[in-house]
Amino acid sequence: MQAVAPGFQQDFFQLFCLPTSYRLDNALLDQYYRALQEQVHPDKFSHLSEAERRISMQWSTRVNEAYQTLSNPTKRARYLLSLHGVDIQEESNTAMPADFLMKQMEWREAIEEARQARDVAELDKLESRLQHELRGLEAQLADRIDDRQDYAAAAGDVRKLKFLEKLAEEIASALDALDS
Amino acid sequence: MALLQISEPGLSTAPHEHRLAVGIDLGTTNSLVATVRNGISVVLNDENGRALLPSVVRYLADGSTRVGEAAQAVQSEDPVNTIISVKRFMGRGLSDIGVVNGLPYRFVDAPGMVQLRTVAGVKSPVEVSAEILKVLRTRAEEALGGSLVGAVITVPAYFDDAQRQATKDAARLAGLNVLRLLNEPTAAAIAYGLDNAAEGVYAVYDLGGGTFDISILKLSKGVFEVLAANGNSALGGDDFDHRIYCWLLEKNNLSALGASDTRLLLTRARAAKEELTEHAETRVTANLCSGEAIDTALTQQDFHDMSQNLVERTLQPMRRALRDAKLAVTDIKGVVMVGGATRMPQVQRAVAEFFGQTPLTNLDPDKVVALGAAIQANVLAGNRGGDDWLLLDVIPLSLGIETMGGLTEKIIPRNSTIPTARAQDFTTFKDGQTAMSIHVVQGERELVADCRSLAKFDLRGIPPMVAGSARIRITFQVDADGLLNVTARELGSGVEAAITVKPSYGLSDGEITRMLQDSSQHAQGDMQLRALREHQVEARQLLEAVQNALAQDGAALLDQAEQAHIRASMDELRTVLQTDDHHAIKRAITQLNDATVAFAQARMDKSVSRALGGRKLTDLEV
Repeated sequence: MQAVAPGFQQDFFQLFCLPTSYRLDNALLDQYYRALQEQVHPDKFSHLSEAERRISMQWSTRVNEAYQTLSNPTKRARYLLSLHGVDIQEESNTAMPADFLMKQMEWREAIEEARQARDVAELDKLESRLQHELRGLEAQLADRIDDRQDYAAAAGDVRKLKFLEKLAEEIASALDALDS
Repeated sequence: MALLQISEPGLSTAPHEHRLAVGIDLGTTNSLVATVRNGISVVLNDENGRALLPSVVRYLADGSTRVGEAAQAVQSEDPVNTIISVKRFMGRGLSDIGVVNGLPYRFVDAPGMVQLRTVAGVKSPVEVSAEILKVLRTRAEEALGGSLVGAVITVPAYFDDAQRQATKDAARLAGLNVLRLLNEPTAAAIAYGLDNAAEGVYAVYDLGGGTFDISILKLSKGVFEVLAANGNSALGGDDFDHRIYCWLLEKNNLSALGASDTRLLLTRARAAKEELTEHAETRVTANLCSGEAIDTALTQQDFHDMSQNLVERTLQPMRRALRDAKLAVTDIKGVVMVGGATRMPQVQRAVAEFFGQTPLTNLDPDKVVALGAAIQANVLAGNRGGDDWLLLDVIPLSLGIETMGGLTEKIIPRNSTIPTARAQDFTTFKDGQTAMSIHVVQGERELVADCRSLAKFDLRGIPPMVAGSARIRITFQVDADGLLNVTARELGSGVEAAITVKPSYGLSDGEITRMLQDSSQHAQGDMQLRALREHQVEARQLLEAVQNALAQDGAALLDQAEQAHIRASMDELRTVLQTDDHHAIKRAITQLNDATVAFAQARMDKSVSRALGGRKLTDLEV
């Protein structure tokens, strides 16, 4: 029999018994994640039957996927909006506000300049400034999703987050390159 | 036994026999086997009281092998047939292996993995490693007085899929049931964590014979979490030997040495390196084939100078690991030292300087990995309640596929907690396209050419459609050993075709079978006997597990008919277990497994809801 467990039909918030909201108690998420993995992880089943080992791997995989989605602010937003049936249009909608695009260009130039100058301290500074912006955008997302249910505006924020994350990757890879 | 850990406290089931399980550190230079005895992890020694088995295998013309000290003693006399540091070749092609020139072997460039031509024929690194594992298995079975339920085998955290697969294949070839491939630094942390009840973020600096690993681990409330892993799978103590060797050549104006002189000088170089751990100066003496005698003084300072950039090459992976873990040096509460090469004073100094603290060295750096692996093996064999701790491990390198223009599309990023799975949909780019070629790679670089190729396969039988309308779903599943399985399905128009990756690096089941048959120690009758014994052990374990599960949850989760169905399968397995027919036993095992799928699922649901304390969404304050 290849029955799908009831747990597999729950969404990630239900799986962790957490309210379906953007604001999240991270400590509680961590605690439930571990409690769940303690029950389902393959290490608990390696001496048991093949059926139990297979189900354990499926469950553990799902719990990991759920945790990775909920613990990451961007992925959580994306997931929540999809639960609300909102299409974020990340690939198709690239029309961003002009001032946002302007700022993007400034970021890119600053990173490129620091990379060329092999200035690790400057890259670190850019990194922490970027983190600050990310936190601000996340606070705005919480407001728009949880308090105002303004999902269209939230979708715009997620598209912005994607841009900022790209920048963070660029800084990381510039730092990596300076190491070698 | 804490089956699924859902038994009520005080409601313990019947006591069972202690299952024999071991931890094996399959090292580049030395290998060890350890087990938990009376609750304490101990390394098992050979009949001469030696714990370390040199990872050296010598092949003789009659097809027999010598492993360990016996092989090491003659390595300078018979370097071509005496394989050392074979771990470096596991899952590696000829082009992947750095310095081939200094090595005395006759390499055969086979597809996927390099092979070695010996007097006993061409050998794969998997076969050579299996010889080492067989010796350790025998040592353990003799010391423990019974056959092993399984083994935890350690691998460098930085090992890619091909290297892990090769290690697992070697274990299978040696007749070992692999309970888990465990990352070496994690094993070290288990040994340290339990002994010292440590909490916090730790770095494990593991400089072994041929590999360097740095791992950032978070230990808290019994959970071991690998936050990041990095390293260099071609950097280790051997490279320090090689530096001394090159220095000796230069000092003595030597060039183009024969294979046995090369080996002799490398052996002397290693001895000098070890000497310099305790002493400020040493002499290297050797008599070469030409009759020339070498007698050269070497100071600690000389050695430090010539090896400084090797030590520095360990710093870059450390910085990367910290960055991946989003941590600063000051967040690291302690640094665990693993591997014999960490005894070198210049290494300890560099690590202390980098982290701004003295590293931990109170466990023997050669034994710590095996000790930790044994502790994990004991838990995985079900010898104690597994609720003591949980090990959450990650994949060290990103997995992806090749897309247009030779670019890599990452599907599972590095440092993802395993097991993990990710499905991604792709489509056809030509009208009427009926096949698609899928190239699976591992690595961080953007160009496919810079990543490791893991597998290539074709998905055929796609119904002809307009470009872009087929939906091909590629699913990556990484299991708890870090091993990858890729499947592709065509979902468009309801037609499905599935394919499993044919490994280009790992060995197929057919190859394993052939190797088993080739091996002189596995005559046909021997194999039958082994299969019978393995299936008997498996059957008894399964019966015990199902028996316990029924006792705990049978009445609550199953109706009479379902219970009767499972019991009938159990009776059948018990009946065939009385015979010597290993095929029939295997069939009955499969049948019982199939009969318990729904039951196992229901039990899992029950334990999952228990994990969250039976909370309902409505009970929580929103």
